[in-house]
Amino acid sequence: MTAAMHVETDVLVIGSGGAGMYAAIEAAQSGVRVLLADRSLIGRGGATVMAQMTVAVALGSQAPDHWTYHLRDTLEAGRGLCDESLSRLICEEGPDCIRQMDAWGVGWARKDGRIVAAQAPGHDRPRCVYVDFLNTGPAVSKALRAVVNKTSGIRKASDLLVTDLVSDAGEVVGATALHLTSGAPVTIAAKATIVATGGLTRLYRRNSASANMGGDGYALALRAGAPLIDMEFVQFFPIGHLAPRLIGMDPIMWDPFRYKLGGRLLNGDGEEFTSRYGSSEDGAYVLTRDLATFAIIKEVEAGRGSPHGGAYLSFEHCAPAELRAAFGPVIDRLAANAIDLTKMPVEVAPIAHYHMGGVTADARMETEILGLLVAGEAVGGANGANRLSGNAVTEALVFGRRAGRSAAAHAAKMTSQPFRPQAAAAALDLVARDRVASGPNSADMILRLQSIMADDVGPFRTREKLDRAIARIDDLGAELGERPFGDGQRLDMRRIDWFDLRNMLLVARVVALAALRRTESRGAHQREDFPGMVPEWRVNQVARWREGEIEFVSASPAHALAAAQ
Amino acid sequence: MTAVARLRVWRGLAPQAGQFESYEVPFESGQSVLDGLRWIRANHDPTLAIRYSCINANACKECVMEIDGATAYACSARLEPREMIVKPLSNKALVRDLVTEIAPPAERFGT
Repeated sequence: MTAAMHVETDVLVIGSGGAGMYAAIEAAQSGVRVLLADRSLIGRGGATVMAQMTVAVALGSQAPDHWTYHLRDTLEAGRGLCDESLSRLICEEGPDCIRQMDAWGVGWARKDGRIVAAQAPGHDRPRCVYVDFLNTGPAVSKALRAVVNKTSGIRKASDLLVTDLVSDAGEVVGATALHLTSGAPVTIAAKATIVATGGLTRLYRRNSASANMGGDGYALALRAGAPLIDMEFVQFFPIGHLAPRLIGMDPIMWDPFRYKLGGRLLNGDGEEFTSRYGSSEDGAYVLTRDLATFAIIKEVEAGRGSPHGGAYLSFEHCAPAELRAAFGPVIDRLAANAIDLTKMPVEVAPIAHYHMGGVTADARMETEILGLLVAGEAVGGANGANRLSGNAVTEALVFGRRAGRSAAAHAAKMTSQPFRPQAAAAALDLVARDRVASGPNSADMILRLQSIMADDVGPFRTREKLDRAIARIDDLGAELGERPFGDGQRLDMRRIDWFDLRNMLLVARVVALAALRRTESRGAHQREDFPGMVPEWRVNQVARWREGEIEFVSASPAHALAAAQ
Repeated sequence: MTAVARLRVWRGLAPQAGQFESYEVPFESGQSVLDGLRWIRANHDPTLAIRYSCINANACKECVMEIDGATAYACSARLEPREMIVKPLSNKALVRDLVTEIAPPAERFGT
């Protein structure tokens, strides 16, 4: 066994996507010491770097706009379940954060000197800014990495997998971690801890985010006593790439194509079909994500899907010069994959994309647990039952900045570290285990969990499917056991999988249980056995961890504004 | 008769104490080398150490290794139905198997 390392900081930030990096910058600029930890490389492993195009923000640079209009669209998309104080924060502070990113060197696409905006489904006007070509996320990440690097007071820690938060007397006082490239167990003392670990899309077989997003932040917070909200609402992105197989391209790449060029969504017989489900497209991109997902899956079920079980997306009506002007080098990358959009459609199908649920927090990003804050997609409540296109990067920046500021203020008030080694003993014991060679194929277990979630806890749910999923998740839990396996060496993939599965299985169980309880259909949660929204279900479900069991309560949406619509 | 890609993958914890292991991966057109390595983990040996985050978007730039003698990203290198040699980068410190220390020095924990 490798000896444990111990480090101390004022603010620990877990996760270095857009939210985590902005939180670290803001906290350090307030004068406290920051440890920015990521299980992967700093600023490369989260979801932000993979965002291809839109960031929703009421800049009013293209058409007159106001944050209250953006809020109206956000609340409407959320189907009555948004925590409006959080939604308002995104819309009101978004413009300031986007201008700050501009000052930090993100080259938002401009025309005649003004930042241009695309109109995305669910928005009442052009409001979505971007960086060409398909470069929004990488540009935002690069700019934040540069600022992180020149901000004094931020210590960076790549390859540090946080395994548990350390609680003492109802307060979070730090964390335990596994340093992946050395195999060393680590304890971290922190006056404030920000969970900025992103969402849970890795729970699903087909997903659009990075391999790091297995819901670990939700599990960390839940085990530390913080409640989770809206966990049944997983957003599926309707037109994730399905076929032919592509190399070196992100499956959500067709979204920006549709913003710029429209495109036609067709069934296996080559017919437009979305009008059958209540919304006609006419070549424009107006269909919201939940409706488009519904339409494609129903068309496939009716035997009218494309050969690989999705729909066709066609840009065959576009002239080569038009495609080239809109997407430049991306057209060459498609050509290298033998795709000529002027001559063939591609196949698309819904793909797990984002999680509306998350850790409950107030507008300071503080959770119910003292010393524990959250930021970005890890926060629940802002987006209700369905997130509006473009709000994810905005929320990462706004919530990250706010969390960094609040955490620094909290840490500055504390004169000493509340961390005691005894409080970390049990969690450290898990990380510091010796070699356990036997055990199941952990990589295969993750694939099996992804199949269970995709098949039975996907966009369309029934009691039968959810019951089956919960039983299978419990079987996987028994197979995983309570003691980490692995050889205890550097980059011990089986041990990493063990800690990932421990979190993924817990979070998968919460999602399935919340979905089972919600006996209606709303936004991203569709029950085939309970179609339609039910007024009595205009409540949020809140999950808590009590002695190893999950308990739910229902509560009316917080901070509902009287004049929402 | 299904086509296979034969991956010869370098395994080890120290540069002078490693060896190549051969794996046969069912070949399907449009797969990346990373797809093949992930298939090996799920079907043969979950201890095979690889590093990646974004899976196939070529956004995280973490799956950098040596494929047939050239530096390449495994997510963007096409899997082919023939023998392919997959090694860790030779100009970076080895961590394990195909993973090398690619974090910038200022971003490493414990330094």
